[in-house]
Amino acid sequence: MTTKTIAGIDVEVNDEGFFEQPDQWTEAIGAEVAKEAGIEPMTDRHWQVVKFMRHQYLETGSAPSIRALGKASGVPVKELYQLFPKGPAKLAAKIAGIPKPRGCI
Amino acid sequence: MGAEPIEKVSIILSKGSFDGIYPGLIMANGARMEGIEANLFFTFFGLDAINKARNEHVKVASVGNPGLHIATWLGGFPGMSAMVTHKLGQRMEELDFPSIPEFLELIHDSGAGLYACKASVDMFELSRADFVDEIDDIITVGEFYEKAAGGQIIFT
Repeated sequence: MTTKTIAGIDVEVNDEGFFEQPDQWTEAIGAEVAKEAGIEPMTDRHWQVVKFMRHQYLETGSAPSIRALGKASGVPVKELYQLFPKGPAKLAAKIAGIPKPRGCI
Repeated sequence: MGAEPIEKVSIILSKGSFDGIYPGLIMANGARMEGIEANLFFTFFGLDAINKARNEHVKVASVGNPGLHIATWLGGFPGMSAMVTHKLGQRMEELDFPSIPEFLELIHDSGAGLYACKASVDMFELSRADFVDEIDDIITVGEFYEKAAGGQIIFT
């Protein structure tokens, strides 16, 4: 675990850059993490996915993986991969300030 | 950490059983979830995974399968294979695993390439019309190697 300063705020992240404490997150931080991951600009569709991920995690305690994301986020799987080419669920979780989804499907 | 990350995989599915098909599909989908480029190549009985008439009816082999931990004579009993498949299928449904047709759609939508092996298609006297829409092409082994260039090849 390391402390990283993102958008002027100190946050705790793990080796892969996922947040240890989701409550340290703000939208400005999310935008900064996205930029660092090569996603710029963050469109409304990107935010829709990121906010859905975050909401699901805070509600249920686990982040949805790709199949659930494609079914429930309102963004189909094809578009998810266009928005986040390096892994939609993984990247959206990172930007959303929540742990990496651990589902295998 | 430190090792080069995997950037591309080409997975060959050669078996037509339930437990022969799912691992390859999970690995291909899992690769795409990690942002790894992926191809799937269906050969021999692995073609059943993409055969529209068959891919909803694949079974776990109950004969000659020590992993089931049942007596050999019992495995050959009528209905055993269907029963074992049903039980495993139920558990997978509880865990929210997709069916094979839905899984193929998911993998295709994720941007992976899905290919049928020409030699096997000819051998089983099949054609493009027998396969699900998600199949990109029927290709030769040489074309498979071209597509697999620069990545890892996994045979299942």
